[in-house]
Amino acid sequence: MPLLEATGIGKVFGKLTALDGAALTVGENEFHGLIGPNGSGKSTLMKCVAGAEMPTRGKVSFVNRDITALSPTERARAGMSLKFQITSVLPNLTLYDNILLALQAQSSLFDLVFSRTRGVLHDHVMTMLSQFRLADRAHDAAAALSHGQQQWLEIAMALAGKPRLLLLDEPTGGMSLEERRVTGELLQPIKRHCSLVIVEHDLDFIRDICDRLTVLDQGRVLASGTVAEIQANRNVQEIYLRRA
Amino acid sequence: MGAAKQALRATLGEGPEVSMADDGPDGALPARQAATGLKVLPIVEGLVLIVALILPLFLQDYLTVFATRVVILALFALSFDLVWGYAGIMSFGQALFFGAAGYGVALMARDLNITSILLVLPAGTLIGLTSSLLLGGFLLLGRHPSSVIFVALGTLTGSYAADRLARGWYYLGGQNGIPSIPPMSLGSYDLTEGPVYYYFALGILAIVYLLCRFLVRSQFGLALAGLRENEQRIAFFGYKTQHLKAIVFAVGGTIAGLAGSLYAFHEGFVWPNMLGVVISTQVVLYVLFGGSGTLIGAVIGAVIIEGVSFWLSDNYREIWPIILGVLLLLVILFRPLGLISFVLGERERVGSFGAARKEKRNAAP
Repeated sequence: MPLLEATGIGKVFGKLTALDGAALTVGENEFHGLIGPNGSGKSTLMKCVAGAEMPTRGKVSFVNRDITALSPTERARAGMSLKFQITSVLPNLTLYDNILLALQAQSSLFDLVFSRTRGVLHDHVMTMLSQFRLADRAHDAAAALSHGQQQWLEIAMALAGKPRLLLLDEPTGGMSLEERRVTGELLQPIKRHCSLVIVEHDLDFIRDICDRLTVLDQGRVLASGTVAEIQANRNVQEIYLRRA
Repeated sequence: MGAAKQALRATLGEGPEVSMADDGPDGALPARQAATGLKVLPIVEGLVLIVALILPLFLQDYLTVFATRVVILALFALSFDLVWGYAGIMSFGQALFFGAAGYGVALMARDLNITSILLVLPAGTLIGLTSSLLLGGFLLLGRHPSSVIFVALGTLTGSYAADRLARGWYYLGGQNGIPSIPPMSLGSYDLTEGPVYYYFALGILAIVYLLCRFLVRSQFGLALAGLRENEQRIAFFGYKTQHLKAIVFAVGGTIAGLAGSLYAFHEGFVWPNMLGVVISTQVVLYVLFGGSGTLIGAVIGAVIIEGVSFWLSDNYREIWPIILGVLLLLVILFRPLGLISFVLGERERVGSFGAARKEKRNAAP
């Protein structure tokens, strides 16, 4: 049974059909790339999975449970985490507090009011920060970070709740080559406990870290398979050549 | 005040390119404070407390009565600051809870002869809590997150409707309200206006202030910081943002209820304005003027606005509202973070919440 299964997803914005029966299947501990030309519906499909948009039709199941109608909060509690395309770290808070905020989301109200999980979570916060090479800046405001570092902080925050599935929308957008390489390295260790869906323009990056790919074109699935299968697929080559 | 003028002139001089949003408190003082790690907030809080404690020694009786009223209004300002400054809920109807509690205790005193502090203050607080839970539940706990405008208009309407209702309701005294409320009592002792009432109100303000301080610096306070910075983002972490808001709204209403009951007994009467839009707006101004998102800012805002109005109305009998209005506009335009931002840096205003706070303090020599 796959971890995530989205089938027959349709999404219409007014007269624009963004998705027309798209599908996405992700297994346990699988890194899955979602690619396609601009306007093919990648980000919309991602948002429908995350609950940021409600699909017009179709069904999303996650860990054997129909989550199509659940709110983002409920999805987060079920073990799904989303990193936004536009970085949305909380700029006025310190890095430390950004991570703590993400970690303590599951604490009870009582624990929050009496700060009962603050001590317990301290080591966890510092581990997350060092894992993403940000430990020495723990007490700086997030706004002071470089763009690449903000993306890492954001990924760290998205991972904080120990999700089963992490959705990354363009994690390397605006990053330098070196930062992209490091991002790939930083993501590898999470495979042990988490699956990943990545929307990304950088095909080299996708090829390096993903196990399987789904290619969208005009709101439909053009192809889905292992990286090797997709690379050999004529249709895929065509749309990328056509648009290139 | 000199520093204030200077900073204002500097801001004016730089013309329209100056962003009005977040770059306010970049003055020399906050920068220096950031460099040395010096905490300004406790100093300001200590100073305010000391001044408040010794004030009645230097005031004539009628001024002590005035000061008591200001202390109670500062308590009311705290309630709005929690709701707006910390949770980002635009409540334009905070007076509804203030006035409802005031009317409630006034009726208890008038019709039931209950004036014991041990009964009326808890009752007023409970009225604030209940009414804010009801209104907050209705406005904030819908199927979909409610917009800022919806909440602002909803609270405004609630306050306005309550005002009209009280005006037309004979049992509540109509336009005239309920006059000559007997004083609060503790056993055989009557608490009448004067230094004792002042210190009593100040004590309550201090306790509530400390409780609020505890709350906004806890992990719950961190969740609130996330809420006002990016509500959608923290919903994706799994926070029940609407519940958080409803809770803070209820806490705010509770404090407003406490303030309203103190106010009713201090003034000795309640009238429909106490529920209405005028007082609701006034409390917004206190907090914006002093500095929303800092508790002491709300207190300072209430003290300064009331103090300046009092002084102006004495000295410029006819044009004082205009002077006050211009003054408020200037501060809100050029110091959107309020007067407190003259001495308080952005970093300290937001604060930090982790266990690392202690560690850091120990590490510093």
